[in-house]
Amino acid sequence: MKQPEALLEVRDLHKWFPLRRRLLSRAREVVKAVDGVSFDVRRGEVLSLVGESGSGKSTVGRSVLRLTVPTAGTIRFAGTDITHFSRRQMRPFRQRMQLVFQDPYASLNPRMTVEGILAAPLEIHGRAASRSDRRDKIEEALRLVGLLPQHAARYPHEFSGGQRQRIGIARALMTGPELLIADEPVSALDVSIQAQVVNLLVELKRRLGLTILFVAHDLAVVGHISDRIAVMYLGRLVELAETRELFGNPRHPYTEALLSAAPIPDPTFKRERIVLAGDIPSPVNPPSGCSFRTRCPYALPACGEARPPLREVAPGHFKACIRDDLRLRAPG
Amino acid sequence: MTATPALVPAMAPVTRSAASMAEDVVLDVEDLSVSFVSPQGIVPAAREVSFEVRRGETLAMVGESGSGKSVTSLAILRLTPPAPQCRIEGRVRLRAGDRRVHDLLALPEARMRELRGSAAAMVFQEPMTSLNPVHKIGDQIAEAVRFHSALSKRGALDRAAELLDLVGIPDVRRRMSSYPHQLSGGMRQRVMIAIALSCEPVLLIADEPTTALDVTIQAQILELLHDLQQRTQMALLFITHNLGVVAEIADRVIVMYAGRVVEEAAVLPLFKRPLMPYTQGLLRSVPRLDLAGRRCDELAAIPGNVPDPLALPPGCSFAPRCAHRVPELCDARVPLLEGAGAEHFVRCARWASLAEGAPP
Repeated sequence: MKQPEALLEVRDLHKWFPLRRRLLSRAREVVKAVDGVSFDVRRGEVLSLVGESGSGKSTVGRSVLRLTVPTAGTIRFAGTDITHFSRRQMRPFRQRMQLVFQDPYASLNPRMTVEGILAAPLEIHGRAASRSDRRDKIEEALRLVGLLPQHAARYPHEFSGGQRQRIGIARALMTGPELLIADEPVSALDVSIQAQVVNLLVELKRRLGLTILFVAHDLAVVGHISDRIAVMYLGRLVELAETRELFGNPRHPYTEALLSAAPIPDPTFKRERIVLAGDIPSPVNPPSGCSFRTRCPYALPACGEARPPLREVAPGHFKACIRDDLRLRAPG
Repeated sequence: MTATPALVPAMAPVTRSAASMAEDVVLDVEDLSVSFVSPQGIVPAAREVSFEVRRGETLAMVGESGSGKSVTSLAILRLTPPAPQCRIEGRVRLRAGDRRVHDLLALPEARMRELRGSAAAMVFQEPMTSLNPVHKIGDQIAEAVRFHSALSKRGALDRAAELLDLVGIPDVRRRMSSYPHQLSGGMRQRVMIAIALSCEPVLLIADEPTTALDVTIQAQILELLHDLQQRTQMALLFITHNLGVVAEIADRVIVMYAGRVVEEAAVLPLFKRPLMPYTQGLLRSVPRLDLAGRRCDELAAIPGNVPDPLALPPGCSFAPRCAHRVPELCDARVPLLEGAGAEHFVRCARWASLAEGAPP
């Protein structure tokens, strides 16, 4: 897993949230939102975390940014262990890792102009030498995301959803970050606008050499933008591979089911769809062994015995499943 | 889940202005316009929308936010706000189970309430906000059953259990006494579908029923709707923004843009030979799962934004974003919805010349 330099190394990350103790119950219950996740994000790549709601993908993103304190495990950014850094120690690192939010309506302050929104990161990190330097930086960021300098004087409500998301991206770029964490950045947008924002992210990656951790549930979008994809289920990684390899040769039954469930915009496209039974189990009380076994069409009694480790089954292709005898289907 | 030709018998070309409804037409919408009065002026949300849905057929209505698709569906069942704030024009006719045709916009509210839920039912996007959080699931379904039938409380609860079983909820007896918050999103949507189906409607309107759900759960719900339709032969008006879902479930498709129908066709020609530049752009802008990782080029995004409904372009609403715009042609007036082949309609002044240049 360690070919080019890893900008971000996540090892055995755990994030458990304690639940309120119930009357008469002795054990304190915890939600195991992230339960032992390890991966690297290499410099200059887009790594996507995909999974359904409750899979823990957003919690991984938030832990990496240290917006939440991990329960266990380590996070190394550019070689430095930041897992237990204080707020003050984190500060220089915050400039180097920035977040793009899902909801472009809720993540911009409606009472601030675009200029104010974009100036905030500069002020917090003391990055603007003078007023003219500040204006130059804001104009540059606006151009970079496809907006005009005169937009700086406007308020968020004057923009459409897609334009607001561009402002959110511009804000994340103000501090010149190396790592961008994009948490469902296009899922609140209309289809025709989604493509604009996806293209923008791809272009920024190329032009600025950004590294992006892309958190999303839409496999088609993820497939378009990512170099590698990590699939999460119930707080764990179940498969990780290069995009083309993952889509062309899925090795984990959950990945197969996800790919098979995603609707394809082509009425002539025929396939036998795998419809998983039931819902994702509760992360308070996940199944023993492989957490997917309760919905897995290929589960064996042995699947409940031990938790399958994430192991390399082909160069660069990792999976957490004990069954190597399966021939899984890929779309297309 | 493809078009089943047997359900749509060959018949004379559909004439929209015909006074009588063809025998297999369940819903006939004619020139439906919905506008809202706002402090900034009158907002036209849907304009001269016309379409039909036949028995056993799934008609998908596609469009982005603000295209008027939800407003159209709400207006059909008269669920839009009352008169001064909201104006509805046009005609909506529904052929109920007893074959009688009702002119929905002319009915007194009391009659309308009887038809809503019994002849035509609706499923919404957000199953949590559509259910009452303080009542048990079983009681909520039984309430819907009793509203439209003479069943006793006991009988209605039995019927509720039957319905939950029909929509594939396991452990029905226990689920009957669950509260909505105890169910997952997919389960709640199944309960909503059970309520909608409680009186065996001839028409089910589903407004983005799977948008709030995960893909694996979405697949379950789509399969359920398809199975139920096969069994009951109900007409399904499916509103969505997801072209993948359309390809999977629809027999025919209506594409909406800025309040108007811009294209209508059977599912296959719509995807294989779209005529409206907006439909073409929409189809190209969707990333394809089956092509993932195989191309690194840009997605073909549609430039610009959906127009402001208070300041619509004078001619074709899509013209400002259209690559094929010819100002003197496209901005002169709103193009008509023209017939472009067997049951294929398109609202574009240039469709014929564009189609000639296009590869077959």
